[in-house]
Amino acid sequence: MKVIKELWQSLIDALIGLGSVVRFLLRMLMVTPGALLRFDLIVQQIFNSGALSLVIIMLAGLFVGMVLGLQGFTLLERFGSEGSLGVAAAIGLVKELGPVITALLFAGRAGTALASELGLMRATDQLSAMEMMAVDPIKRVVAPRFLGGVIAMPLLAAIFSVIGLYGAQLVGVQIMGVDSGSFWSQMRAGVDLRDIREGIVKSLIFGVACSLIAVYEGYYATPTAAGVGRATTRTVVTSAVVVLFLDYLLTSAFL
Amino acid sequence: MNQEAPIVEIRSLGYTVGGRPIFDGLDMDIPRGRVTAVMGPSGTGKTTLLRLITGQVRADTGSIDVAGENMRILKRDALYVLRRRMGMLFQNGALLTDLSVFENVAFPLREHTDLPERLIRQLVLTKLQAVGLRGAADLMPSELSGGMSRRVALARAIVMDPEILIYDEPFVGLDPISLGVILRLIRRLNDTLGLTSIVVSHDVREISTVADQVFLLSGGKVVASGTPQDLNANPSEEVRQFVGGLADGPVPFHYPAPEYFGELLARGEGH
Repeated sequence: MKVIKELWQSLIDALIGLGSVVRFLLRMLMVTPGALLRFDLIVQQIFNSGALSLVIIMLAGLFVGMVLGLQGFTLLERFGSEGSLGVAAAIGLVKELGPVITALLFAGRAGTALASELGLMRATDQLSAMEMMAVDPIKRVVAPRFLGGVIAMPLLAAIFSVIGLYGAQLVGVQIMGVDSGSFWSQMRAGVDLRDIREGIVKSLIFGVACSLIAVYEGYYATPTAAGVGRATTRTVVTSAVVVLFLDYLLTSAFL
Repeated sequence: MNQEAPIVEIRSLGYTVGGRPIFDGLDMDIPRGRVTAVMGPSGTGKTTLLRLITGQVRADTGSIDVAGENMRILKRDALYVLRRRMGMLFQNGALLTDLSVFENVAFPLREHTDLPERLIRQLVLTKLQAVGLRGAADLMPSELSGGMSRRVALARAIVMDPEILIYDEPFVGLDPISLGVILRLIRRLNDTLGLTSIVVSHDVREISTVADQVFLLSGGKVVASGTPQDLNANPSEEVRQFVGGLADGPVPFHYPAPEYFGELLARGEGH
């Protein structure tokens, strides 16, 4: 009986949490038109979330692509269809690995930075000081960070996929000796615009989810050292679970 | 507007946090154009009072009028308009850490006005000069000492020429020199800019040197008010304990606890 009661209570708590995230999102969307007018602030956040994540995204993309090339080659070789390595790697990267791994890395690199930055701004009264200067912190600080993340994510995912493809080509064509012509031509023939669209939509939605979780956790962090630490951890954990769950939903929706 | 009317008028104010009443029937008039100090032991709600006056939190009962506006029913937009007429100095300065000293002081101007860059520069440098930190304009907040941060924050608080300037514990953790500087600035800014200053503090001696009027809060009520001299001459036990810095008195030294020996001898249940 007690277990059921506790489960029920945690379900209620989860729903309340979800409700407050949605309210936060709506409040942010309401100030978005105003925030968009100050595009320089958003550009700065695209730099912080996007450009500063580039190295890790490119490195991860390269290695993932190389593994994909190696595994794909050994598998396809069994059926004598190693020429299809290009299309297999491209579809895998564009539709799945690109958006998902980029989102996970984004949560770890940019999401934690956003959450701890906002949490520390709260803890050091910077957000209250802005309110006292009649400046809405949601509009001036939170919305640009959120929008910067949303814009940066699809770009990062695209870069991840391109580098990944290069990695697959490096291993498959340069090392394992797959014919370069069939690698590229089968890829061009096999990858549809629909696949690209699926990748873009996914990374956009992951961008919204990861950025929203990060700014929400940071903005409402308990203003102590432990509180900011907890908010940072929760950002990564929640983002990872939400991204993988959404990935399943989106994949089944696109089928 | 009537220049004699108090700029902040508080009537039978009630405010409760988590079931614990912080204020219960508080009355206070803060006069225009003076330096008013709000003092009291820690935990009496001095900072909460500032948050009520600035509309960061809303009162449960009673009324707070600030510059003729009723803070209990003021809408968000109107509150933001009113806040442009207020400046507030936070305990640690609360400078925006990603902006330089110059940009911190320019921040309210850039957010609220379309002034040309040249004018912003002049205004910012004038205010920084007033707090003696024009030379630090290009430093980042992390390069400043505690006292300097507070002076920069003060420059930022006055850059929009507010009518009311609010200080939350401005003396905490300052060395004697910085403390003297802040004290003199409070007085000088109040008189030269024609402000109303509200200073929350528990540093009796320091604040007595600049305040025109003092309110002593304890237990959610005003227990004494008047000039610093009135307060020193006040015979009430609560005032004597606070002004004299006595460990025990109406404000007990011990936090409420079960009987001492009983708890020591108990076999550690609950701990």
